[in-house]
Amino acid sequence: MKQPVYIDNNATTQIAPEVTEAILPYLTEHWGNPSSMHNFGGQVKRALDTAREQVAALIGAEHPNEIIFTSCGSESDNMAIRGAVDAMGGHPHLITTRVEHAAVLGPCHYLEDKGFRLTTLEVDRKGNLDLDVVREKSMSGKKTVASIMWANNETGVIFPIAEIADIIKEGGGVFHTDAVQIAGKLPISVKDIPVDMLSISGHKLHAPKGIGALYVQRGTKVTPHIMGGHQERGRRAGTENVPYIVGLGKACELARERMEKDVVHERKLRDRLEEGILATCKGAQVNGDPSNRLPNTTNISFEYVEGEAILLMMDDQGICASTGSACASGSLEPSHVLRAMDVPRSSLHGSIRFSLSRYNTEEDIDTVLEKLPVIINRLRELSPFADD
Amino acid sequence: MWEYTDKVTDHFKNPRNVGAVENPDGDGLAGSLACGDALRLTFRLNEEKKIAEAKFQTFGCASAIASSSALTEMLIGKTVEEAEEITNADIIAYLGELPKQKVHCSVMGREALEAAIYNYRTGKKLDKHIDGEVICHCFGATDKEIEKITREQKLATAEDVTHACKAGGGCGQCIPEIEEIINRVIGEEQAEEEPKPKLTQLQKIKLIEETIDRQVRPILRRDNGDLELHDVDGDKVIVKFIGACVSCPVSAVTLKDVVETQLREAVSQNIIVEAV
Repeated sequence: MKQPVYIDNNATTQIAPEVTEAILPYLTEHWGNPSSMHNFGGQVKRALDTAREQVAALIGAEHPNEIIFTSCGSESDNMAIRGAVDAMGGHPHLITTRVEHAAVLGPCHYLEDKGFRLTTLEVDRKGNLDLDVVREKSMSGKKTVASIMWANNETGVIFPIAEIADIIKEGGGVFHTDAVQIAGKLPISVKDIPVDMLSISGHKLHAPKGIGALYVQRGTKVTPHIMGGHQERGRRAGTENVPYIVGLGKACELARERMEKDVVHERKLRDRLEEGILATCKGAQVNGDPSNRLPNTTNISFEYVEGEAILLMMDDQGICASTGSACASGSLEPSHVLRAMDVPRSSLHGSIRFSLSRYNTEEDIDTVLEKLPVIINRLRELSPFADD
Repeated sequence: MWEYTDKVTDHFKNPRNVGAVENPDGDGLAGSLACGDALRLTFRLNEEKKIAEAKFQTFGCASAIASSSALTEMLIGKTVEEAEEITNADIIAYLGELPKQKVHCSVMGREALEAAIYNYRTGKKLDKHIDGEVICHCFGATDKEIEKITREQKLATAEDVTHACKAGGGCGQCIPEIEEIINRVIGEEQAEEEPKPKLTQLQKIKLIEETIDRQVRPILRRDNGDLELHDVDGDKVIVKFIGACVSCPVSAVTLKDVVETQLREAVSQNIIVEAV
């Protein structure tokens, strides 16, 4: 089967061949339990330690033991928010934004239903936060747990996390950031900014699905959500998923080594794709701050056509992307991120997210630029509004 | 990823009858940009008053395009009266199947057809004025629309309603109100369907006595009248007026309009009331 043009890397990424290679021995010969006292398990423990160092190095954590391995980004987000609230005791004030991933909004709304006060910050038309509002809300006079994403999964818009972390800490709060989309794509260094907790997910950076990590800065109190054994220094019980942890470690090492090159490559392809689409497709516009976003992501709305129809026609041509339109998902509500940004209704239902990786090529972009304008034209011809 | 039938995929990829008929006899629009899907349907009749040409323009997902395309194919060759009989279920049947979350696309087809036929008959645009109270603010659905679709499609949950007409599919705040409407419709339908239990003669007499006490006597007493139960023979109920009713010139009317009506409603439609 011919491989599709895969430009949906914010959904998931191809496992790097080097990662698969690193994993295999831990599925075959090194299957010991890292908690065992014998050397057969001890060897595996050393592989875990290496992976922890590799993850710590990618995000600039000072101590590898600040890394807790989890099963995914969602678990990391849930653990950070609920764990911090639980450890803080009383009724802390929760702060988040309207554009977070469901893995953050889910626990925040759950806690709100339980009686916690939740402030959900608005974004502007470009998807940016107003830092004065962040400051005002974080000085509520109550203990605070804030969870604000570093880069948005739909638009790629990057929040100024260093400044936000300073503001939250000034107010005396605990600060978590969901860094799932930025980790591995742009340099981040948690030792230089007062981030207390940070989530990452393996399958967004060329490791397998089913592995994630949570950085917890030394001294940060967080109640474990899986209790039992002493694994992960008692902060998450359960025998570690060693092969995938090894894979995540390798993926982080690769990302660190290749980041500079990957950023240039992805940005170049992304910009060519974006310019090409804007030049050839009628009614196309980019959603999100153009100068302040991930180098691999562009979210484009097509006026008067609907996202699912675009997506299926692209799929038919062997192009895999993603839509924030309602009709392609179970819900009928268009993307909550684009709604929060007040994207006009004529464009809201026809948005497509293109997200690249180091494995995309010039030919991929050529294919999209050849096929997509035909699709958009065809759907606009079908639409009763296109002449308006 | 939705599981679409081959026919849905075919009509999506190769839509039939795209565009607008020139000088149409009927022209109707359903849906809107804000809702995320809209369909304009136009048709033209031939001399035999049959639909010779039907075309569509759709802004929407694959199911919306396929439903529109299917509808135009179904319309061609039919009289307006025959076309009027087409339901959204017919559109779904024509396509084989639609995922239940996409049923509203077929409903939009039916609505555009209604609008086009209205335009054919009156020459006017079907102005979808707001009838009833808006329950779902995200998709502008009123209580009357929700009630209508619940009744027509025999829907049982708020999720079914959302699939059928999108109501409740946005912020979800109106779901409790939608559930209230569904419960009321289901309750009414059950009450209609449930036959009254068959009573023994003794139970029937007791129920007649209770109904007279609770529902008949208070009305008569307002005019200083009254009655008492004299006998029950099958469905024949014999009463004896007392007080002011004895000499009342309209006691025969009271007997039928008050006593018999109340007993028929409460006990049995076959009741006949006579006075001694």
